[in-house]
Amino acid sequence: MTHYIVLSAILFTIGCVGVLVRRNAIVVFMCIELMLNASNLALVTFAKQHGNLDGQIAAFFVMVVAAAEVVIGLAIIMTIFRTRRSASVDDASLLKY
Amino acid sequence: MTDFVKPVIDYFELLPLLVVFGVACLGVVVEAFAPRSARYVAQVVLALAGLIGALVAVVLIGQDVEVYADGAARGILAVGGTIAVDGPTLFLWGVILVLAVAGVLLFAERHLDGGVSAFAGQAAALPGSEAEREAGSRGLDHTEVYPLLMFAVFGMLLFPAANDLLTMFVGLEVLSLPLYLLCGLARRRRLLSQEAALKYFLLGAFSSGFFLYGVALVYGYAGSMDFTAINESVRNDTGNSSLLLIGMGLLSVGLLFKIGAVPFQAWTPDVYQGAPTPVTAFMAAGTKVAAFGALLRLFYVAFGADRWSWQPMMWIVAILTMIVGAILAITQNDVKRMLAYSSVAHTGFILTGFLGVQASADLAPGEVSALQAVLFYLATYGFVVLGAFAIVSLVRDSGGEVTSLDRWAGLGKESPVVAAAFAFFLLAMAGIPLTSGFVGKLAVFSVALAAGAWPVVVVGILASIIAAFFYIRVIKAMYFDEPVGDGPSVVYPSVLTATTIALGAAATLMLGIVPGPLLDLAGLAGQFLR
Repeated sequence: MTHYIVLSAILFTIGCVGVLVRRNAIVVFMCIELMLNASNLALVTFAKQHGNLDGQIAAFFVMVVAAAEVVIGLAIIMTIFRTRRSASVDDASLLKY
Repeated sequence: MTDFVKPVIDYFELLPLLVVFGVACLGVVVEAFAPRSARYVAQVVLALAGLIGALVAVVLIGQDVEVYADGAARGILAVGGTIAVDGPTLFLWGVILVLAVAGVLLFAERHLDGGVSAFAGQAAALPGSEAEREAGSRGLDHTEVYPLLMFAVFGMLLFPAANDLLTMFVGLEVLSLPLYLLCGLARRRRLLSQEAALKYFLLGAFSSGFFLYGVALVYGYAGSMDFTAINESVRNDTGNSSLLLIGMGLLSVGLLFKIGAVPFQAWTPDVYQGAPTPVTAFMAAGTKVAAFGALLRLFYVAFGADRWSWQPMMWIVAILTMIVGAILAITQNDVKRMLAYSSVAHTGFILTGFLGVQASADLAPGEVSALQAVLFYLATYGFVVLGAFAIVSLVRDSGGEVTSLDRWAGLGKESPVVAAAFAFFLLAMAGIPLTSGFVGKLAVFSVALAAGAWPVVVVGILASIIAAFFYIRVIKAMYFDEPVGDGPSVVYPSVLTATTIALGAAATLMLGIVPGPLLDLAGLAGQFLR
C-alpha cells in the first residue's frame, strides 16, 4: 500500500517542479493536471486502506472538476496565444511590481 | 463497507444555495434563447431577483434556526453532514449576498463608457482586429457575465458552509473558475486583462492542486472527509500524525492563496489591476469573505484540537502578510495596485483576529470572541473595498480608466464629492475612528491580545501606521497637488454605481458610529456547528 502513496508523492512532486520550471503555458497546465491525478491516486489508495468509499467517490468529483478546469484553462490560454502568437508564460509580463 | 444511506436533503435550509444556482442556470438559458436586445435587461433583473430572493431566504432561515446541543451553536448539518447551515454560515451568506447585489449593480453600469458595459464586446475577437472594431461599433456586450457572476456567488456560498473536505474543494473550484474567466473580459486594455486571467488561472489551479493533495492526506489520516470525524481523530490522536501535519500545511496553501496572504500574495496586485474594475470590486470583497469563512471553519472545527500545531505557522503568516502588504503598498504608483496591496495588509489584520480566543466559555462577559471579531471585520471590509473600487471606475479619460496616481492629482478640485468619498474609504481602510475600519481593527487586535498573541498585535499596529502613510499620500495628491496637464475627468455614473458607492459609504459610516447591532448579530451567530 505504501508504494502507491510513494508513487503518488513522486507524481505530485514532478508536477509541482514542472509548474515551476517549464515555460509553455500548456505544459504548465499539464503539470497541474498531473498534480490533480497524483491526488486521485492517493485518494483511491487511502480509500482501499480505510475500507470505505469516500476516497473513490472523491476521485470521481476531482475528475469532473479537472475537466471543467481544462475547459476554462484552454480557453484562456487560447485567447492569449491568438493575441500574442506565443503561449510562453515569460512573454506575458505587462503587469509587474 | 457500510450500506449506502440515503441523505436527507433539507431543502428549506439550502434555499439560498438552490435559488442562486437555479438562477445561474436560468441565466445560461436566457443567454441561449432570448434575443440580443432583451438580454441585458433580462439578465440584470434575473440576477438581482435571484440574489434578493436568496437574501430573503437567509433571513427566514436565520429566524428559526434551532439551538444545538450545548447552546453555543445553532443551525443544522444538511445533506448527510456535508453542508453546515449554522449561525456563522448564515451571517457570511448574508454578507456575500449583499456584496453580490452591489456587484451586479456595478456590472450593469453602462453610463461610464458611452452606453456599453466594462466588458469586452466580443471576447473572442482579437484585440485591435477588424472584428473587435465591428463589435464595438455595434455596441455588443457580453451578457454572459451575469450567469458567471451567479455561479461564482454559488461557489462563495458553498465554500464557507462546507463541512466536508470534498464539498469544500468543489466550492473552491466553483467559486474560482467563473472568476478566472471574468478577469479576462475587460473592454479596455485587453492585453492586461488577458494576462491577469492567465496568471490568476495558472496560480489558482496550482494552489488548488496543493489543496487537493492536502485533502487526500488528511483523508488518509482520518479515514473520513467529514470535519466532525477528522476532529474526532485529531482529538484521539489516532493515525499517522505526519500525514496530518503535511496535509494541514497543503490545505492551508490553497486557502491562504485565496485570501491573498504572504507568501501566496503574488497574484493579487496583477489580477486586481488587470481585471475589469467591477470584477475586481466584486472579487476583492466576495472572495475574501468566502475564503476566510472556509479557513475559519476548517481550522476551528476540523483541526481545532490541534491548535498548537498550526498556530505558530499562522502567527508567522499574519506578521509577514501585514508587513509585506503595508510596505509594498507604499511603493505603488497605480491606484488599483495600491488597493491590492492594501487588501493584502487587511488579510494580515483579519488573520490576527483568527488567532484569538475561540471558545465563548473562556471569555469575560462583554468580550468578543475571535469568530465574532473576524465576521465583523469581513463585513465592514467588504463594503469599504467595494466602494473604493467603484470610485476607481469613475475617474477616466478618453482611453478608459485612469489609475496612475500621478494623474489623480487635483481630483479634489475636479470633483469634490468623488474625492471626498474616496478619501472617506481610504480613512476607513486606515482605521481612523468614526469609520467601520477602526471598530474592526480594534476588535481583531483585542481578541488576539486576549489570546496572548501580543507580538502579532504589535506588528499589526506598526503596519497600520505604515499603511496610514500611503492612504494619506493619496488624499494629499487629490486635494493639495496641482493637476498634471488636463487632469482626469470624473464621469458621473448612473444610479447603479451611485447606489453601490452610497451603500458602501453608508455602511462604513453607520458601522463606525453604531457598530453594536452588527456585532450583536455576529455574536448571535454563535460558534461553528461541530
